[in-house]
Amino acid sequence: MDFTEEQMMRYSRHIILPEVGGKGQAKIAKAKVFIVGAGGLGCPVGYYLTAAGVGTIGIIDNDTVELSNLQRQIAHNVNTIGMAKVESAKKTFGALNPDVNIVAIQDRISKDNIMDLIKDYDIVVDGSDNFPTRYLINDACVMAGKPLVSGAILRFEGQVTTMMPKDGPCYRCLFEEPPPAGLVPSCQEAGVLGVITGIVGGLQATEVLKLILGKGDLLKGELLIYDALKTTFRKVKVPKNPACPVCGENPTITELIDYSSGDYCTT
Amino acid sequence: MEEILPDKKLDIKSLICPYTFVKAKLAIEVMEIGQVLEILLDYEEASRSIPKSMEDHGQTVLKIEKINDTDWILLIRKDKD
Ligand SMILES: [Zn+2]
Repeated sequence: MDFTEEQMMRYSRHIILPEVGGKGQAKIAKAKVFIVGAGGLGCPVGYYLTAAGVGTIGIIDNDTVELSNLQRQIAHNVNTIGMAKVESAKKTFGALNPDVNIVAIQDRISKDNIMDLIKDYDIVVDGSDNFPTRYLINDACVMAGKPLVSGAILRFEGQVTTMMPKDGPCYRCLFEEPPPAGLVPSCQEAGVLGVITGIVGGLQATEVLKLILGKGDLLKGELLIYDALKTTFRKVKVPKNPACPVCGENPTITELIDYSSGDYCTT
Repeated sequence: MEEILPDKKLDIKSLICPYTFVKAKLAIEVMEIGQVLEILLDYEEASRSIPKSMEDHGQTVLKIEKINDTDWILLIRKDKD
């Protein structure tokens, strides 16, 4: 790849890294990453991947920006309240790096559109805030053979894991079914320290870049758990379940499922 | 001493850190193992930092020479992809 003078300057701190170099930066420029959600996690993931010069970033979200989002959703601001979150994010990302092709999709991700949406992308990032979507994305990525970088946050805690197709566990190996709606915190219980989204989103963006570069060790078969109050990072091994209903030897889930999301709180 | 003929010449005069090394690295990346890059520069700090960084990256520094009041020439052999 021939870098323009501007690109050479913009990406100089990447290029001088032995693990990246011009060749790695060219891989980043060719990569296509699909982000589900333009909220707490989608904002920092998209922001840093835009800064890194990822070629194409697709982002889907059906919501509009509200004042209560601004405590953590750093791609939005007071001037974009009321605007579609994906449009607000596209404005912010575009102002940071015009090299990046941002594909903004204002829609709800569902079993009917997910396969088509992710098919042209190399990597999927889960920045969703509810279990039905988390399971839908997991199943779709297993079926489509796409690497998935998953993140979750609640209160003072965050979790990150990377799932590679046919290599290591999927989300259902860890938790076979979504928890019943009654066990999921209600809206008034589902507080979050805003900055946690930046930590977890930053970790997800790092996993994405390592995947693109083929460098380092991924959080494959491991769940990284961050406790902000204790300031601890803990890694929990996650074995692949040979009897997993979606990625196991004899899968029983062969079609996508839309769990009703009506009973879940979407913060 | 036998003269080493470079396979490629790079002029990075007027550039300063870190672009001096960025340009040098981008140039050497697309060369073949065993080929020699000649770098012409006028930023004193880079006459020391580029050879050091190149060695850190696994390349071999063949020559560092101040050729006049302002300029240096470096010869770097690519030993590592
Ligand atoms: Zn599984």
